[in-house]
Amino acid sequence: MKLTKVLLAAAAATTLSTAAVAGTLDDVRGKGFVQCGVSQGLAGFSNPDEQGNWTGIDVDVCRAVAAAVLGDAGKVKFTPLSAKERFTALQSGEVDVLSRNTTWTLVRDSALGLNFAGVNYYDGQGFMVRKDLGVKSALELDGASVCVNIGTTTELNLSDYFRANSMKFNPVVFEKADEVVAAYDSGRCDVYTTDQSGLAAQRIKLKEPNAHMILPEVISKEPLGPVVRHGDDKWLDTVKWTLYAMVEAEELGVTSKNVDQMKGSSSPNVRRLLGVEGDGGKNLGLSVDWAYNVVKQVGNYGESFERHVGVKTSLGLERGQNALWKDGGLQYAMPVR
Amino acid sequence: MTDETRSHDPGSHPDLPPPASTVGVVGWVRQNLFATPLDVALTVLALYLVYLLVPPVIQWAFIDADWVGDTRDACSREGACWVYIRVWFKQLMYGRYPDEELWRINTAYVLLVAAAIPLFIPGFRWKQWIGLFLLVGYPIIAFFLFVGDAFGLELVETPLWGGLFLTLVIALVGIVASLPIGIVLALGRRSEMPVVRSICVAFIELWRGVPLITVLFMSSVMFPLFMPEGVNFDKLLRALVGVMLFSAAYMAEVVRGGLQAIPKGQYEAAEALGLSFWKMMGLIVLPQALKLVIPGIVNTFIGLFKDTTLVLIIGLFDFLGMVQLAGTNPDWLGFAVEGYVFVAAGFWVFCFSMSRYSQHLEKKLHTGH
Repeated sequence: MKLTKVLLAAAAATTLSTAAVAGTLDDVRGKGFVQCGVSQGLAGFSNPDEQGNWTGIDVDVCRAVAAAVLGDAGKVKFTPLSAKERFTALQSGEVDVLSRNTTWTLVRDSALGLNFAGVNYYDGQGFMVRKDLGVKSALELDGASVCVNIGTTTELNLSDYFRANSMKFNPVVFEKADEVVAAYDSGRCDVYTTDQSGLAAQRIKLKEPNAHMILPEVISKEPLGPVVRHGDDKWLDTVKWTLYAMVEAEELGVTSKNVDQMKGSSSPNVRRLLGVEGDGGKNLGLSVDWAYNVVKQVGNYGESFERHVGVKTSLGLERGQNALWKDGGLQYAMPVR
Repeated sequence: MTDETRSHDPGSHPDLPPPASTVGVVGWVRQNLFATPLDVALTVLALYLVYLLVPPVIQWAFIDADWVGDTRDACSREGACWVYIRVWFKQLMYGRYPDEELWRINTAYVLLVAAAIPLFIPGFRWKQWIGLFLLVGYPIIAFFLFVGDAFGLELVETPLWGGLFLTLVIALVGIVASLPIGIVLALGRRSEMPVVRSICVAFIELWRGVPLITVLFMSSVMFPLFMPEGVNFDKLLRALVGVMLFSAAYMAEVVRGGLQAIPKGQYEAAEALGLSFWKMMGLIVLPQALKLVIPGIVNTFIGLFKDTTLVLIIGLFDFLGMVQLAGTNPDWLGFAVEGYVFVAAGFWVFCFSMSRYSQHLEKKLHTGH
């Protein structure tokens, strides 16, 4: 693991010099599509539909970038990447943007020669229990047996949390996620813990999904967001503001359905976002209607969330931390002006 | 006068039929299943295991299974839900290859089968030519059919390839390329020229000494870092080269085993006839050696075929990978078992066919010495 990091850092250092010269924005314009690194299938984030098209909130980020830069959300090519090869693929220029449920951490941001362009999903570790257990809070879990993946940060967070709240727990560890779920489903343990988005996906696999509930506590920070190469500020700005535009659009009430009417809005914020006023697009090196294209073709952040992971989907995730800041969440876009 | 009382001259008594308890079904069962108390116990135990295992599997896979429908709602979840396989069937077979271009893959399949059939007809006259076509002409045709970008065919990039199609591409390329490279390496390793020999030994030991997963990982993760900016080889191509060289190293050792089994007299006789090295090998040694190691060669092929599933770790979706990918769709979570059973059945069909073909080949080439 250490060796990998050293090698990646060394590789990052060598690519840095060249990447700084080549502008990804111009490259993307030249080739006419955005090459986007996605996961090898993670429900709601990036997964194929029955027709073979990639969908998910991570995928929507890529489509939004394509809409902003090229005016067409369809001009994206997807490269499925494993967890281990994702950073190399970005560093070596195989992909232009990595939108693959990647947690923003200091080491990744600094040592690997990458830049995070924002957070499109605030994830965190949570707990799932049977409803008939009668537990309403994680603080009532003293003495519980907990199913968890072995040797992961999940396991570490779990023991930290229980120790901090001076509670005892009995770990039941497994190697693979499927084994953990099977053990929990067969009643080998009272509690199942992993990231909240993962809990939602795994719950569907249980025999009786409705007999289980996810507790409200979130015990770790897993901010997931799109990543670009270090040293290409123009491209970083492009991806960053595309993300902000989606959040800002939700805050201003601009959706893919009403965006055409909203162009005639008298609100200066809406007019600036949609390019009726000001020259935000020009300063970014994009067209004036860059944000209009994003909202029109992909939708605002809330639409994307509800479409792929929201309460109406089978994953059924609440907005929670991903609600807008006005609604008590963490999604906050810098002002578009 | 009945048969029993008929008298015969000494020595001319016809053979009596064996006792009824030693022939037919009863005899077979007694001899093979209930010969000793231990056999009785084992038979009963085995029957009990079959009883425990088979009915629930049949119940799950056929009786309680759901066959019709297009959505998750069609699955009652009491038994297997084959609707899942049906909905995703196209992707399991072809990956994300565009719909309107699927005829290209199908054409290549048909061409392959059509060209291979004459090879199974005894006494067909142009077998060598068909073999040559399959080894040289067919890969070229298939390449242009699959990739396109020539002859008016649209370019289909390799990230769109997947499913069983990708598994077959990787396995066939590995199989077709590894045998000739392996033979050359095996001959090189037994060569008396020190440079050739050491190169071959080094190559074989290097590739055989690392796991395939490492080879794939290097080809996908480390290799691009050594390339200058903007130079990118296709990911599938990198994986194919890795698989090819890896299986060639294994093949070389299998073939070398065959070469060592050929008696020295064969070599000396060939040399005494004045044959050159290549003629000696091509006409006398290799035909015997390869025949000897057919089981080993097919073993390597089958191993390679199954190893193709490892490409999953470098983000290529083969047959198995596609099933796992399909299982991440939020509408179809929780059908992993159906997917794995389907893939296992698919792999079994291919591997078993290879095994049967090798046995057929062994019988056909058996010359009794």
